[in-house]
Amino acid sequence: MAFVTSVFVFSALAGLVVYLHTFARSRSFLRIDSYSFPNASMLVGFGAALLVAVTLLGIPSLLSPLASSVVRSPLVVVALCALVGACAVFIFVRYAPRNFPAHKMVEISARAILFLSSTVAVATTIAIVVSLLFETLRFLEDVPLFDFLFGLHWSPQTALFEDEVGSSGAFGAVPVILGTLLITFIAIAVAVPIGLFAAIYLSEFAKSSTRSIVKPLLEILSGIPTVVYGFFAALVLAPTIRVFGEAIGLQVASESALAAGLVMGVMLIPFISSLSDDALKAVPRDLRDASLALGATQGETIAKVVLPAAFPGVLAGVLLAFSRAIGETMIVVMAAGLAAKLTFNPLAAPTTITVQIVTLLVGDQEFDSSKTLSAFALGMLLFCITLIINASALFATRRYGARYE
Amino acid sequence: MKYSDISNRRVDQRLKRRQRAERRYRLYGQVAITLALLFLLMFFASIITRAVPAFYYHRVNLTLELSPKVFAGRQGEPLPRKITERQAKSLMEDAIALELGALAQRERLRRALIAPLAALELKQLLEKEAEVRHRLGDRLLLPFVLNSAGENCIRNACANSAEVDDFGLSEGQRQALSILHKRGLITRHFNLVFFTHSDSRSSESAGILGALLGSFWALLIAFLLAFPLGLFTAIHLQEFAPRNRLTYLIEVAIYNLAAVPSIVFGLLGLAIFLNWWHLPRSAPLVGGMVLALMTLPTIVVASRNALAAVAGGIRSAGLALGASRVQVVFHHVLPSAMPGILTGTIIGMAQALGETAPLLMIGMVAFIAQAPLSPLEPATALPVQIFIWADHPDPAFSSRSAAAILVMLVFLIVMNSLAVILRRSFERSG
Repeated sequence: MAFVTSVFVFSALAGLVVYLHTFARSRSFLRIDSYSFPNASMLVGFGAALLVAVTLLGIPSLLSPLASSVVRSPLVVVALCALVGACAVFIFVRYAPRNFPAHKMVEISARAILFLSSTVAVATTIAIVVSLLFETLRFLEDVPLFDFLFGLHWSPQTALFEDEVGSSGAFGAVPVILGTLLITFIAIAVAVPIGLFAAIYLSEFAKSSTRSIVKPLLEILSGIPTVVYGFFAALVLAPTIRVFGEAIGLQVASESALAAGLVMGVMLIPFISSLSDDALKAVPRDLRDASLALGATQGETIAKVVLPAAFPGVLAGVLLAFSRAIGETMIVVMAAGLAAKLTFNPLAAPTTITVQIVTLLVGDQEFDSSKTLSAFALGMLLFCITLIINASALFATRRYGARYE
Repeated sequence: MKYSDISNRRVDQRLKRRQRAERRYRLYGQVAITLALLFLLMFFASIITRAVPAFYYHRVNLTLELSPKVFAGRQGEPLPRKITERQAKSLMEDAIALELGALAQRERLRRALIAPLAALELKQLLEKEAEVRHRLGDRLLLPFVLNSAGENCIRNACANSAEVDDFGLSEGQRQALSILHKRGLITRHFNLVFFTHSDSRSSESAGILGALLGSFWALLIAFLLAFPLGLFTAIHLQEFAPRNRLTYLIEVAIYNLAAVPSIVFGLLGLAIFLNWWHLPRSAPLVGGMVLALMTLPTIVVASRNALAAVAGGIRSAGLALGASRVQVVFHHVLPSAMPGILTGTIIGMAQALGETAPLLMIGMVAFIAQAPLSPLEPATALPVQIFIWADHPDPAFSSRSAAAILVMLVFLIVMNSLAVILRRSFERSG
């Protein structure tokens, strides 16, 4: 079985090579050539592409037990229709009458393809909203909206046994939201001062040699995947905090909000510093020069002139960081708690919206219980919160930001 | 005179205060940067120190007697072509007894010290070497993989007998191991298994091959979908789109997608790709589709910037020579914007490589011991494997998790430096 599959993979790769080769021979990759459109090399290339598609998707799936689920998929039907349609177009163009306006057809179809591709982003946005809304409405049939938004008790896991007392579970999102806010505030409290002061220092005080070294180093922080931050928070920082806390006689949970929040704050430092840097750079030179000419020191210029002028941009950066912290998943899944508790203690183990979504949907596959549907409701909540924050960040820059341009 | 003295002193004092404030201001900036860099240092130091143990392991070198008793044959007969795992195990038990003297509990000792993998390896080795014609009664010096308890004991020097329980070894087993260690029979090797095996229940045979392949398939699908879609969207918006509501809607949708939390994309994949389109769960195909939607905004924005940077004269010149607008874009504008577009695409793919949360939603988080040979087979991805192993109570697994992080960081560094090189060469030629 493995042998057969690998044979198909190799033949698919060979097909890809043939495909690229024919394209390379038709002068240049990604060019629609010279409008003698249905030339032989294009047809060969198309056939090879078809071969690649079939080997990559079709044949291994026919050999595996997954075949039935793939064949049933509407996506396959759509893809097959598209392939058949494309074949029909090619055959038509091949045997088209001599006065057929291929030139115009290529122009129109190329633009149509470009336009259709650009609607995918809109379709994705609509799909997100519709899928979340659909499942959320199903959830709200069981749990009233008021109870969900203002309930003080969250324990969906009790819905495991149907006959048990309290099998409906409790779906009050307040403790989950508070946990999210607690961790987010810790993160912002770490990231904003460090990120802002780093940006001020780098853009106003530092020599360009220092800047050229430090800036890329800070950008490394933004390139590190969040699962790596999660690893660090859960396996390095959390135990350390626990040991320290116990040394001075504090009760520290092993999955404390502090560890998750601190590490998330570090993750946001480059985000805030680069956005603040942009905002500071956008302040015109004249303002700085005027302030310095009046005898203000550099620090006073920054505090009293540059920062107020750059404030909308900085605020937008902080808001974007905030929304990113709320939606951040891996750090809290690995380093924050699972049980929802109504607490503001940074040494306790509160849970977050994203942690609940992950724990509710990983493993369990009943898609009609309130338990799994509540994950979609939380997702909808998350989507709305981040959307509002992002919109207000955009508003901050649009409304107050463009004054100096 | 007196008045000006006082005022001078006041001015001096105030100036000093202001200069102190100025220095303090600088200090804050320096402290902030130092803190961030210190964290970076601590971060890499702790991950590397945790990862190092995963890159080596120990083998115990035992003299193996192909005793006729085990194969029910006579001295000097050739070794049978087929060997059962049971026979391999008793050969190993005899070898332990040979080294440590006749032991009553040699089977338990083998189980405690030597990995289950070793018996299978020995069986395959002896069967493969059939042409060497080993004969019954021959003695061979062969290395065997220690199991995780033995491995832990060796790594911690087997010194503290109070901690014996931590390793799951009895006092006698610990002593046996330290005797072997003192005799120099335990050697350290590079852990190649980590790169050639997939996930496993036992730490010594767990590797990242399956996760790497899963990530490869997912990224391939993501690239095949996101690159043309992103490129075409950017061309449409930058070169053809009229200024109207629909164009504005598309732009807003793209900027919105860039800010949507990644887990919401996972929910989308779960609701649409799995529950509605019935695509296979845990498959890199679905993972790639979700990642493609996530990287779409990155590619679109980078491509638009690259297209906008192409000098307008090229377009006018092309149109003046009678080329159609599509021809101008595809023959002239696109080739000169290609380096910038590819840079953006590589950066988007690097982001997709590290993305974990949406893959959890579509079920790419499972114990999968087989490497996926097509994008339809169930698989995990590299970051998901890191997540799975980091949660494991056995420290050998969390060390493998750190090692997998290093592998992923190497891939990210390669991809990002490729993007930087591309951008540099583009800037030079442009």
